[in-house]
Amino acid sequence: MTLPGSEKTKEHSIYGLMAEFGQPEALLEAAHRSFAEGYRRMDAYSPFPIDGLAEAIGFHKTRIPLLVLIGGIIGCVGGFYLQYWVSVIDYPLNIGGRPLNSWPMFIPVTFELTILVAALSAVLGLLALNGLPMPYHPVFNVERFQMATRNRFFLCIESADPKFDYEATRRFLESVAPQGVYEVER
Amino acid sequence: MESEQLNKSSEIEATVPVIEPGHTFASVTDKISAIVLTQRTPRFWYVGFGLSFILVLVLLFGTAYLLTMGVGVWGINIPVGWGFAIVNFVWWIGIGHAGTLISAILLLLRQKWRQSINRFAEAMTLFAVACAGMFPLLHLGRPWYAYWLFPYPSTMGIQPQFRSPLVWDVFAVSTYFTVSLLFWYMGLIPDLATMRDQARRRFARFAYGILAMGWRGSAIHWHRYEIAYLLMAGLATPLVVSVHTVVSFDFAVGLVPGWHSTIFPPYFVAGAIYSGFAMVLTLAIPLRKLYGLEDFITLRHLKNMGEVMLATGLIVAYGYIMETFSAWYSGNIYEQYMMWNRLFGPYWYMYWALILFNILVPQALWFRTVRTNPVALFIIAICVNIGMWLERYVIVVVSLSRDFLPSSWGMYSATVWDYAIFVGSIGLFVCLLFLFIRVLPMISIFEMRELVHDTEESR
Repeated sequence: MTLPGSEKTKEHSIYGLMAEFGQPEALLEAAHRSFAEGYRRMDAYSPFPIDGLAEAIGFHKTRIPLLVLIGGIIGCVGGFYLQYWVSVIDYPLNIGGRPLNSWPMFIPVTFELTILVAALSAVLGLLALNGLPMPYHPVFNVERFQMATRNRFFLCIESADPKFDYEATRRFLESVAPQGVYEVER
Repeated sequence: MESEQLNKSSEIEATVPVIEPGHTFASVTDKISAIVLTQRTPRFWYVGFGLSFILVLVLLFGTAYLLTMGVGVWGINIPVGWGFAIVNFVWWIGIGHAGTLISAILLLLRQKWRQSINRFAEAMTLFAVACAGMFPLLHLGRPWYAYWLFPYPSTMGIQPQFRSPLVWDVFAVSTYFTVSLLFWYMGLIPDLATMRDQARRRFARFAYGILAMGWRGSAIHWHRYEIAYLLMAGLATPLVVSVHTVVSFDFAVGLVPGWHSTIFPPYFVAGAIYSGFAMVLTLAIPLRKLYGLEDFITLRHLKNMGEVMLATGLIVAYGYIMETFSAWYSGNIYEQYMMWNRLFGPYWYMYWALILFNILVPQALWFRTVRTNPVALFIIAICVNIGMWLERYVIVVVSLSRDFLPSSWGMYSATVWDYAIFVGSIGLFVCLLFLFIRVLPMISIFEMRELVHDTEESR
């Protein structure tokens, strides 16, 4: 159990500190400065995608394209093999001696299944990588945060960051011209 | 690069913007979410929903009667075994194509004007494909065996025939529905989060909260989201082309004169986009008026959609001309007779009505004053909807009714049950749309915020 009031407990008992901004440019600027200051465990929240914001907080690569490629290949190979197996191995029908592996006739279904599995891996991969569905997240404890889906922009530096120090981080966030700084309870 | 392209059409930009000036992130959010959350449900909603629900009941009654009595209650018989069911199937699935085109192809082409119409166009796609999928199932006669169409380890030891376009159709349409649903839901997630945060009623917060899955607008999430969205658009684009191509194979692979033609795939795809845009206009023009959304769905959108209709309509017209030409040029007696039969046979009025609605009336779109006049556009869109239905009627019924042997010719006329289920499917479509605009934001809110942001920057 933690003792209330002391510095040490504050850092452990809260999820982080959150700054609010009125404009996307201000958030982008603050994100750049936080990264330059040495913070790494942070996230920016905006009501629409902002170019360069993910890069500003140090996130560059996503594995989604790879997942979609793998999904597409599975759909393609699996789809063709399904038809091959049905038409040649499991249920061969000799129609006038025509070849059983009539591959041009298998292209449409192969194509459709390629798209189907690739699309499923895009959407399910997106949800899985984003950790959704997530019924509870500490950022929602900040009352103002419901404006994050309307017209407000937020930057949250997490207490898990090695450089996080309640007083110093608060002072830093206040220096990047926010419209408010809030504690994020766990 | 984008701004350069926009500058080229700066004349149109200056006169008719894609979003009226003066809007902020907050105002677009409030205006669109208020339609669902705080505004009183307007009276026309109750009237429209009520009327369309009556048609849904007609559909249910017609379907129940059909399932009890069998497909004999329809007008189908040999030689015309396909009738209304297949005409309606092709018509509905074609209508669906515009939604995917708007959300995927126009996204890849960086057409900013798509952003205020993509949401309900995608919803329209889903509902149209749902209506479409119903018809082949009912046409099976015993829909409860529909799962036989899929390969599964059956105790009968049989498998589907993968060389048949009808099996391709099963895969194409079910993939199309699934991908459209995923694409639509994915686009909705950030807006569902907005609805969750804007809603004041407990139940609404809970329901939107569950559906939003805890979306919080994190920059990292947005980053993945944008890439995944682009990839989905890239996947949906060839898909939408393939779906109507496969539908056209149902005909083109057959030997019946009037079906067996290589022009079918491109001509079907163009026709699908044509009818789809007509349906988007049919829905958008009254909606923007009734809900006061003229700021978001501006005359520029209507004008652009009119231009797409004109272009695809001309491709369709080219298809008709080439069909006639190749029938004559083939020197094949059956092909030539098929064409003569279409023009002057017992169903001549269908063909000439089709030419009137699909080719002649839409030529008015050449005039700018027509393209920027909502009432005129609405009338033309209705004409195209009818025309495209007639086109499928001509292809399906007229071709089948007189093929190679005069002794096997026969006439087709639809029964009251054909009409009941067709009209009922329109009711189902409209009813689902009314429910959609009542419970979900009909315009993509986050994309409108982006649009506000971009137009502010370019100023």
